[in-house]
Amino acid sequence: MPLWTGSGVGAAAGRSGRGPQARSASLECSVMHYMDHAAATTLLDCAREAMMEALSNSGNPSSLHAPGRAARRSLEEAREQVAGALGVLPAEVILTAGGTEADNLAVKGLWWARTASDPQRRRVLASPIEHPAVRDAVRWLGDHEGAQVQWLSVDHQGRVDPAQVVDELRADPDGIALVAVMAANNEVGTRQPVEELAQVCTEVGVPLHVDAVQAVGSVPVDAAGPATLALSAHKFGGPRGVGALVVRRGLPLVPLTHGGGQERRLRSGTQDVAGAAGLAAALTHVIADLPVQATRLTDLRDRMVAGVVAQVPDVVLNGAPSGPGRLPGNAHLSFPGCPGDTLLMLLDAEGIAVSTASACAAGVPEPSHVLVAMGVDPALATSSVRLSLGRSSRVEDVDALLGVLPGVVARARAAGDIHARPANGRAVPAQPVPAQAVPAGR
Amino acid sequence: MRVLAAMSGGVDSAVAAARTVAGGHQVTGVHLALSRTPTDDRVGSRGCCSLADSHDARRAADVLGIPFYVWDLSEQFQAEVVEDFLAEYGAGRTPNPCLRCNERIKFAAMLDRALALGFDAVATGHYARLEDGLTGQSLHRAVDLAKDQSYVLAGLTAAQLGACLFPLGDTVKSEVRDEAARLGLRVADKPDSHDICFIPDGNTQAFLGQRLGAAPGEVIDASTGQAVGSHEGAFGFTIGQRRGLRLGRPTPDGSRRYVVDVDIAAHRVTVGPAAMLDVTRIRAEQPNWCGPALDEPRSLGVQVRAHGEEVPARVVVDSDGFVAELATPLRGVAPGQSAVLYDGTRVVGSGSITRVPAPVG
Repeated sequence: MPLWTGSGVGAAAGRSGRGPQARSASLECSVMHYMDHAAATTLLDCAREAMMEALSNSGNPSSLHAPGRAARRSLEEAREQVAGALGVLPAEVILTAGGTEADNLAVKGLWWARTASDPQRRRVLASPIEHPAVRDAVRWLGDHEGAQVQWLSVDHQGRVDPAQVVDELRADPDGIALVAVMAANNEVGTRQPVEELAQVCTEVGVPLHVDAVQAVGSVPVDAAGPATLALSAHKFGGPRGVGALVVRRGLPLVPLTHGGGQERRLRSGTQDVAGAAGLAAALTHVIADLPVQATRLTDLRDRMVAGVVAQVPDVVLNGAPSGPGRLPGNAHLSFPGCPGDTLLMLLDAEGIAVSTASACAAGVPEPSHVLVAMGVDPALATSSVRLSLGRSSRVEDVDALLGVLPGVVARARAAGDIHARPANGRAVPAQPVPAQAVPAGR
Repeated sequence: MRVLAAMSGGVDSAVAAARTVAGGHQVTGVHLALSRTPTDDRVGSRGCCSLADSHDARRAADVLGIPFYVWDLSEQFQAEVVEDFLAEYGAGRTPNPCLRCNERIKFAAMLDRALALGFDAVATGHYARLEDGLTGQSLHRAVDLAKDQSYVLAGLTAAQLGACLFPLGDTVKSEVRDEAARLGLRVADKPDSHDICFIPDGNTQAFLGQRLGAAPGEVIDASTGQAVGSHEGAFGFTIGQRRGLRLGRPTPDGSRRYVVDVDIAAHRVTVGPAAMLDVTRIRAEQPNWCGPALDEPRSLGVQVRAHGEEVPARVVVDSDGFVAELATPLRGVAPGQSAVLYDGTRVVGSGSITRVPAPVG
């Protein structure tokens, strides 16, 4: 079994082949079994077509002439489509350059608007398992804006207790600037009681921001319930770099960017018309197809988890059990003794793409804050991978994973033992290396 | 072969990886993250640890079309290299952290993990040659003597060397840069690294003072026995050091003074004339043999610094290590430095210098 297959490098290239064009980088994706749909999922044909059509017009949607009007028409049709798919008003859809921007606009924009109208509202309640787009925005408010941040608790499945939020809201309705709880967690796939929270927040008049980036397109989402709701196109078959913030009509929000006043003055900057068209087409498609896919992916995920458990009996499924409490395609698994980054690398070499869901800019793994908040042991937390299935996933992908997993886990455990061993004294290679196996350097 | 190419983000390791790919091997690139809190950008000329370096390594792997990962060995690096560096200086010795890193991190932690994961060998951009011999691969000086790094590889065992590839050993640095440019590697013009990577500003004395704390004492002139200055910590001084002594009283004849002895326990630094630095006998312990162990007295070359000169010596092995009687005196030899033995271009082995005869006077 090759350690690495499908590399773009020709094995026959000799030293003489080191010319300028000898080996250009292969940008072709060699992955055969993609299990990282939570990171980005395949662009839908309908989205690609909608984008191509929108790209044929280069007008600025703010211009008053014919090309401008045509661009504006594409843009507004896309907005109406998005609103229709989500059950909100077109004027409530603010287009952004992705989920992170939408989350930042909501968290900071709500904070500034709420504290401007009443400086006594200095508390921010947020779940401890938020995506960094919300988590770091909330932290920033604490560090730089004097917000009193309170991280809510979650149970061992990673679920916020609505009673805790209700107690806090009822005890101090005038002191809370905003509440932020995601719809479904991006790592472990646990769904949160956001509909219940939205109702309570509306009753006491405190805005709730819901990061629904992982939920939209996978499970039903009530976009009209919370004050603000963020979504991102590439999570459901749209393009990367496009998202939206649904902002309840009449809700005061302070913008992050100032300029031409586009997007109801909440997000200045010329809109990405093609991106909006792609987002709208993909969203419309996935919302219509949601019940079918949710059932199919739940079954496929359950089959995968059962297969993994049969092969690696000590594996741990993190998050909620299969059912309505969990995203259909998500499986987050801990393999005791196997470093997550090693599992990723070995599976990558077998053509299976998974995620450790915890990489920072330098690629140095940290124990996931989500798993830590759930009470998972840090050592087990770094022994985890996320397998996320999506629209293009087939039973063959699951079978391919199960086919290589025992060998991969055995190897990762061997490497994990070395990793865990205190490196004192001169190390000796773990396995004998035959002398003839090492010819000259190239 | 399945080869793991260690990619620091510099030009040497990028070309080493490229040559390994060109040799027909299945190559996977790995960047070692050695610092828990990497700085955003390069500081000075250091060659590893920064986010920019990780990015450069990743881009080189992209150009070569090989898979690339970052391995976090920061905990091991802190424990095995940084802490050791501090402990050694704190005990009055002068360690070589690069040699230690090769011995404990690159060719131990990384190599072991690579072999456990199914790789056959590790390729690096070190300037050294490996030659097939009767008893496996032997380590030799690089063709480019100005870049030769065999000294910092002398802590490797024969078994470790058996799983190494040093594709740059027969090439001079300028050719490596040309080759990088031809391959379209953007690191072709990146400056060489010289400093200790975990001391980005290059100020070792300040780093030691900060970590070890102040331990003030006197600077004594060896010829008069009188105090000629003071210091904030004897650990900041290395035998042979001339700069940064801040001596108030000049010598009567105006000659330069050098650190000739460091006594950590007494917080005492002794300075004296250059002649006092000459050493003709070195004792080294904890020997490592890169090939067969030396079993009888031999005439060999000895080198005590990464870029120092090699001097001829008569080397006698005993139960703890070896003693080298130098035919030509070496100047400024400090305990903790590694003495590396050469037979022609071949690295015979190394040992940690434990005792240098006290200077006369």
